[in-house]
Amino acid sequence: MPERTVVVASSHGLHARPAALFSQAAAKAGVPVKLTKGARTVNAASILGVISLGIDHGDEVVVSVDGEGADGVLDELSGLLATDHDA
Amino acid sequence: MTTLEGVGVGRGIAVGPVLRMPERLPEPATLASTIGPDSEKERVTGALAATAADIRVRGEKAGGKAQEVLEAQALMADDPTLRSDIDMRVDNGATAERAVFEAFAGFRDMLVALGGYMAERATDLDDVSQRVIARLSGVSAPGVPESDIPFVLVARDLAPADTALLDLSVVLGVVTSDGGPTSHTAILAREKGITAVVGVSGALDITDGSTVIVDAAAGSVVVDPSEQETGRANAELQRRAARADVPVGPGALADGTPVPLLANLGSVDGLDAALAAGAEGVGLFRTEFLFLDASSAPTVAQQYGHYSKLLRAFPGKKVVVRVLDAGADKPLAFLNDAHEENPALGLRGLRALRASEQILRDQLTALARAASETDAELWVMAPMVATVEETRYFVAIARELGITTSGVMVEVPSSALLADRILAEAQFASIGTNDLTQYTLAADRLLGSVASFQDPWHPAVLRLVAEVGRAGAALGKPVGICGEAAADPLLAVVLVGLGATSLSMSPSALGDVRAELLQHTREQAVAFGAAALGAEDAAGARAAVRALLPRPA
Repeated sequence: MPERTVVVASSHGLHARPAALFSQAAAKAGVPVKLTKGARTVNAASILGVISLGIDHGDEVVVSVDGEGADGVLDELSGLLATDHDA
Repeated sequence: MTTLEGVGVGRGIAVGPVLRMPERLPEPATLASTIGPDSEKERVTGALAATAADIRVRGEKAGGKAQEVLEAQALMADDPTLRSDIDMRVDNGATAERAVFEAFAGFRDMLVALGGYMAERATDLDDVSQRVIARLSGVSAPGVPESDIPFVLVARDLAPADTALLDLSVVLGVVTSDGGPTSHTAILAREKGITAVVGVSGALDITDGSTVIVDAAAGSVVVDPSEQETGRANAELQRRAARADVPVGPGALADGTPVPLLANLGSVDGLDAALAAGAEGVGLFRTEFLFLDASSAPTVAQQYGHYSKLLRAFPGKKVVVRVLDAGADKPLAFLNDAHEENPALGLRGLRALRASEQILRDQLTALARAASETDAELWVMAPMVATVEETRYFVAIARELGITTSGVMVEVPSSALLADRILAEAQFASIGTNDLTQYTLAADRLLGSVASFQDPWHPAVLRLVAEVGRAGAALGKPVGICGEAAADPLLAVVLVGLGATSLSMSPSALGDVRAELLQHTREQAVAFGAAALGAEDAAGARAAVRALLPRPA
């Protein structure tokens, strides 16, 4: 399954707004997207799943995508994570 | 009369009767479902969809940042993980109400356990839960009380859906028992200019209809104030209303002592607003924006374009540019991407630049080139300077690259304490009161649980300011202030009394500070400074200075 490792840039981590942007984009991808931090993996389209990972600024996470056009989806989602939405 | 303490948002004052936010819905009973899982799931689907739609309608009405926050809440109602959790509970025989309640509570507890910013999102989730359950039970969702008479709203914490729709013509102020400086109540109150004090323990014991004085600058709520207290608060309100009328012009004290008022800017976008507000120059130009979205450092040519635009906007005026202030709290891949346990105490500011000196050299080169082509008076300063040696290093490299005026920011107590030696090397100092307060009181300024320490009125912080002011006066070197403290009108006067020679703030604060300075002479400012220094804490310093204010006629 194609995956990519990203360092989260938002200065307060993935709380409400950055998590919303990310899970919305994941839901729109049309293919299953998973987000992993450490030993936990959640459905990336679930804002509560994403928030529940407790992702802080500077944390390393893995985005994995299954299906058609995985590379494009990975590009978009890792771009979102690497942007500071709190700036 | 009792006084409750909390964290103030902004500097407003509000006086009025209290209206309490209605209490929460009762917890749904744990009865077994009588209609079966499929029917319960249908009810859940309808209630979740209707709640999400309702929240989005509120979002559209509110717009701006509030809409983003509300969209996040609507996504929670739509959440697939939450939905499977609810369905599992329904399959085990729970009613829709109980299943929703338990599923939300599970996520809520998880957020609280995560702590910090995540815990402050628990209120958002609770609010969605209450709205869904209200819809399932056919009762109205708890919300802001309605009233024709202006009131002070007292609540446990406000959800985004509530704050977004507050009717500002009747809500004088907001007091909450929970929530820190990064809670939505605080963020939205700040954005909408609502007078608020958050995290006030005891707030929920205030009864409906009691009169309160909400003083955001002091972080206090006075319940059932004496007539004298109310009179004083109303006089202060009048004084502030009158102050808005002072015409734009150079900053000065009542006796004519000039106190240049400058603007803090984070990009060239804010130039027009700064000029319109009468900024006499720029006291802090942050350069991080040029670097933050970049994966490699911008070139000299790219930086030069931005600096040139900035300097051309202020012909003949002072523009103080701070070189890149980054560190583990604002990491840049090309500068410092190491994880640090204590970013505020790590490789940041000048320390980080020194470790990647070419970035500093490029920035200074671009600045010097832009300055050589315009009439603006360019001053350049280094952030996070802690030692005399660092000062000497920065001044030497700036001079080598053609910067004529270079100085340092005083944010670390060590450089305030040795200001006489620092200023012997630097051509000026600019005090960053936010970081200076954080380091003096050893309290992370981003952490809600220690937010009450982040108060620049603290006499320990003011003593350090005085130390720098004294050194500046002795050596004939300018000492500016470029933190939030300069935007607090009364504190601005105190800072001038302690030796600040210019004040820099966000452009929106310039008018209030200009008006306040005009009320006091240099001699009075010095007396204010002495009174504040003699107090034992921030509240005491405020009280001591207020006691010296002339009584309004």
